[in-house]
Amino acid sequence: MKPAAFRYHAPKTVDEAVATLAEVAAEDGRVLAGGQSLVPTMAFRLAKPAHLVDINGVEALKRLTVADGRLVIGACVRHAAFHRPVCPGPLGKLLSDVVRHIAHHPIRNRGTFCGSLAHADPASEWCLVLTALDGEVLAKSARGERVIAARDFFKGIMTTALRDDELLVEARLPILAADMRCGFYEFNRRAGDFALAAALACYRVASGTIAEARVALGGVEVSPRRIAEAERALFGAEPGDKAFRAAAETAMAAVDPMEDAITSADYRRDLVLAVTRRALERASV
Amino acid sequence: MNSPMQTQPWIGQSVERLEDPPLVAGRGAYAGDINFPHQLHMRIARSGHAHGRIVSIDASLARALPGVFAVWTAEDVAEVPPVDFREGSIPALDPYRQPVLAKGYVRYVGDPIAAVFASDPYVAEDAADLIAVEIEELPPLLDARAAPGEFAPGHSTEAALIRQGYGDVDAAFRTAAHIVEVELAIGRHSGVPLETRGAIGRYDASRGILELHGAAKVPHRNQELLARMLRLPPSSIHVHESHVGGGFGIRGELYPEDVLVCVAAKKFNRPVKWIEDRREHLIAANHSRQQLHKIRAAVDKDGVILAIDDVYFHDQGAYVRTHAARVVHMTAGILPGPYRVPAYRATGHFRLTNKTPAATYRAPGRYETTFVRERLVDAIAQNLSIDRIEIRRRNCIGPTEMPYPRPLEALGEEIHYDSGDYIGLLDKLFAKIGWNELNAAVKARKAKGEPVGIGIEMFVEKSGLGPIDGVKISIDTSGFVEVVTGGASIGQGFETVMAQVAADALGVDYRRCRVIHGQTDRIPFGIGAHASRATVMTASATHIAALKLRAKALDMAAQLLQTTPDALDIADGEVVRKDGKPGPSISLGKIAQNLAPTSQLLGEREPGLSAEGWFRTEHQVYPYGSHVAVVRVDRETGGVIIERYCIAYDIGRAINPALVHGQIVGGFAQGLGGALLEEFTYSERGDPLAVTFADYLLPALRETPRPEVLLREDYTSPLNPLGIKGAGESGITAVGATIASAIDDAIGIPGAVRELPVTPQRLKQILDRRAPR
Repeated sequence: MKPAAFRYHAPKTVDEAVATLAEVAAEDGRVLAGGQSLVPTMAFRLAKPAHLVDINGVEALKRLTVADGRLVIGACVRHAAFHRPVCPGPLGKLLSDVVRHIAHHPIRNRGTFCGSLAHADPASEWCLVLTALDGEVLAKSARGERVIAARDFFKGIMTTALRDDELLVEARLPILAADMRCGFYEFNRRAGDFALAAALACYRVASGTIAEARVALGGVEVSPRRIAEAERALFGAEPGDKAFRAAAETAMAAVDPMEDAITSADYRRDLVLAVTRRALERASV
Repeated sequence: MNSPMQTQPWIGQSVERLEDPPLVAGRGAYAGDINFPHQLHMRIARSGHAHGRIVSIDASLARALPGVFAVWTAEDVAEVPPVDFREGSIPALDPYRQPVLAKGYVRYVGDPIAAVFASDPYVAEDAADLIAVEIEELPPLLDARAAPGEFAPGHSTEAALIRQGYGDVDAAFRTAAHIVEVELAIGRHSGVPLETRGAIGRYDASRGILELHGAAKVPHRNQELLARMLRLPPSSIHVHESHVGGGFGIRGELYPEDVLVCVAAKKFNRPVKWIEDRREHLIAANHSRQQLHKIRAAVDKDGVILAIDDVYFHDQGAYVRTHAARVVHMTAGILPGPYRVPAYRATGHFRLTNKTPAATYRAPGRYETTFVRERLVDAIAQNLSIDRIEIRRRNCIGPTEMPYPRPLEALGEEIHYDSGDYIGLLDKLFAKIGWNELNAAVKARKAKGEPVGIGIEMFVEKSGLGPIDGVKISIDTSGFVEVVTGGASIGQGFETVMAQVAADALGVDYRRCRVIHGQTDRIPFGIGAHASRATVMTASATHIAALKLRAKALDMAAQLLQTTPDALDIADGEVVRKDGKPGPSISLGKIAQNLAPTSQLLGEREPGLSAEGWFRTEHQVYPYGSHVAVVRVDRETGGVIIERYCIAYDIGRAINPALVHGQIVGGFAQGLGGALLEEFTYSERGDPLAVTFADYLLPALRETPRPEVLLREDYTSPLNPLGIKGAGESGITAVGATIASAIDDAIGIPGAVRELPVTPQRLKQILDRRAPR
């Protein structure tokens, strides 16, 4: 559990970071932010990057601001920053609820929001949030920068649209309307573990019925995904157990669950019912 | 916890641990902290295949790497025999021993193939990655229930067939009113100490002494074993125990890596250090527990057990290690537990598979058999429509039947329950937790549709493995006491307990005692810390030695004070008049000065204020208890929430109740792991799937409720001078059984749980298959 040798780079600015990345990308250069996934992977020698570009010294990446109706989360913002609501309204509250499910305190003190996005574990809570809320990321390289929408960003298990020489500079989440109700639920075998299934549900009520709904699932398929069928099932319905159960059953039928040697697709599908219904229930209180 | 005003008697007080100051101040010396000048670091290259023939090993790139001192394969250690059994040769099992480096074949993922010795651990790991091994894959055998195959020419993978029993079982089954049969499986899991294994070998050429540092548990047994294997005089090998971050039966046995550092240190004349990493630990250190039982009971119309017949399959993994057939054999002996079983037959298939070798883990054989036996008794109650408590009342051995010998064996001794009242303790537990109220409350919640249930199970533990322990105590000229034991400490509070026992007999403050353990150069004999034996055996020897020392001190003091020994007492290190009247006194330090070899007052006495005591026993002692669990099941996910957990235990006599409590609580947490979370799973190819803490799920704080403990001292053991019974394994023994029973009750499906651990997925399958939605 000693990592293979690597060269360590510590840029001070974003430009320096992307310039270094441009140089080392071809030799399996990797960005080091919180290191909570990368470092263990290197210790197991499952990853043997020849270069590490440590962005922890880049001040500009530590910013966490609200601008133009969006919450902008810099690449070095730690999970722990979300323990208290970072902005007023439902978004800040939702993030402060979700963050408590991410591993344990020491990991949250070090790991970063954007690092989780770039790592793209199928069960990552932040990847689910970005997907559910149709957020986006800003990717920068020596060649220029581009904005990538959440639905185009996640490409499968630990795979994203980021290119080797691109630095994920920031993530952007839309500020939610004050009357948006949000609920998150995940099921795991122990507190802090990656979820076997997780759901994030948001809806607004107008004239007693659901006027807008978002339902997204994480940990079920290879990437988090909004479940349009479940959202349609909710639209126009009266919020309550009947509508939530119907939406959850719709979600259950709509997913194509992952399967591995331990967890069957059928069981993950069963969990979809539980987590979707419970996320909707939590949104309603 | 304690106040500075505390005085003797120390026995029975929850005094603070003597061990803690260095540990909480970061001054402990764990294996990783032990370093010697010019040491080499060892890294083991391990098999990535579950089963195969080694075609070739090319270590040339590894050897060429700067910083690499040597790379060994089997040929380089051809003169080293496979790792021997602790008790010596067992001809029928000898062919199944593990070579220190794989020879010809690999038999599990993790099997050591080569050892790299390098200047630092990074280089050693780099070099190990460069070793090219060509393996011709062979089909792996992964299920001990499957037909046995060939281990080696002429040797089946069924290494032994274990048989224990008595009485006419067949006759009982022919005439019984009812026959109840169940099939039950216990998952593969093990002790996972926070500190992984570590071994530091050092050869002192100036004295001709080979030292092994790092392991705690059985240093003297490891010394004997190494001496046999390396053909060295035992006194030329010194094994030193260090601080240890958990043992649980698995850490401290002699493994291939321990032998390799010793052989290399001697050959290279340089210290060799090896520290296991976590992935290695989960695939290379002993696994445990995996068994399948097909058990049936013959019972009469009232539910009284007439006979039990058990056929079980023990998944030993790839080799037979130091414990030989200990667990599979003890399983048969210990299964009947607290019940009268007039006729009994157990047949154990001891089978090798292509998985990590298995051996003892805290409560070996008892965690498994308590699950099996108690599930069987629950099934009898269900089949005959008799209340599950009533069925136990009808079958339990009563206090008037004690001592209760049973013609079965555990650890080579005949089982001989020494004392106890099993049902009496159960009733005390019921009184403490409000059994009737609890049942009423759960019933009311069930009526509202809540899947909540109660589990209750009983067990008999075994502890205090003999046959003998010796202790040497001396008091120096300042009055400070040194207790040199052949015992061992795996972190359980050994030093504190021995000091409490010595201090009471000597009339000193327990903090004025230093307790030595696990040092083969300080005392030539010891059996170590396992089988819940340390307090029973070593404390008894300490008590005996301390009483002898006390007599010697009083004899000298009587001369100095011009009185008789029986007129004197010792209090706080000072010999005083027993009648409490004022008069001259003398300190133990002064007495030691007067017993110095040069003392003119020595007379015919042996010099020195010191004594040696031995305690010998023919039988282990058998503490007992009951567990109660209240659980709630999440029907949608299959998750289990433990709402309440209670443990009743009669320990005979608690030297330090807080430490006993700690043992019980810690054991409970591990039992919970085996019941719900921990499992070494394998793919169809034999690849281990739980090689990190993300996949091998240990219970953490939020999964582990604080158990309520009823610690009783009602039935002291008649078999030792202080009436002690062991504490180490009582918290874990019945957890799997009790949680299983509570889950059955919660979901309203008797006998639903047949396999541990009860993962949410397994429970969901049970619910979907059998429960009305």
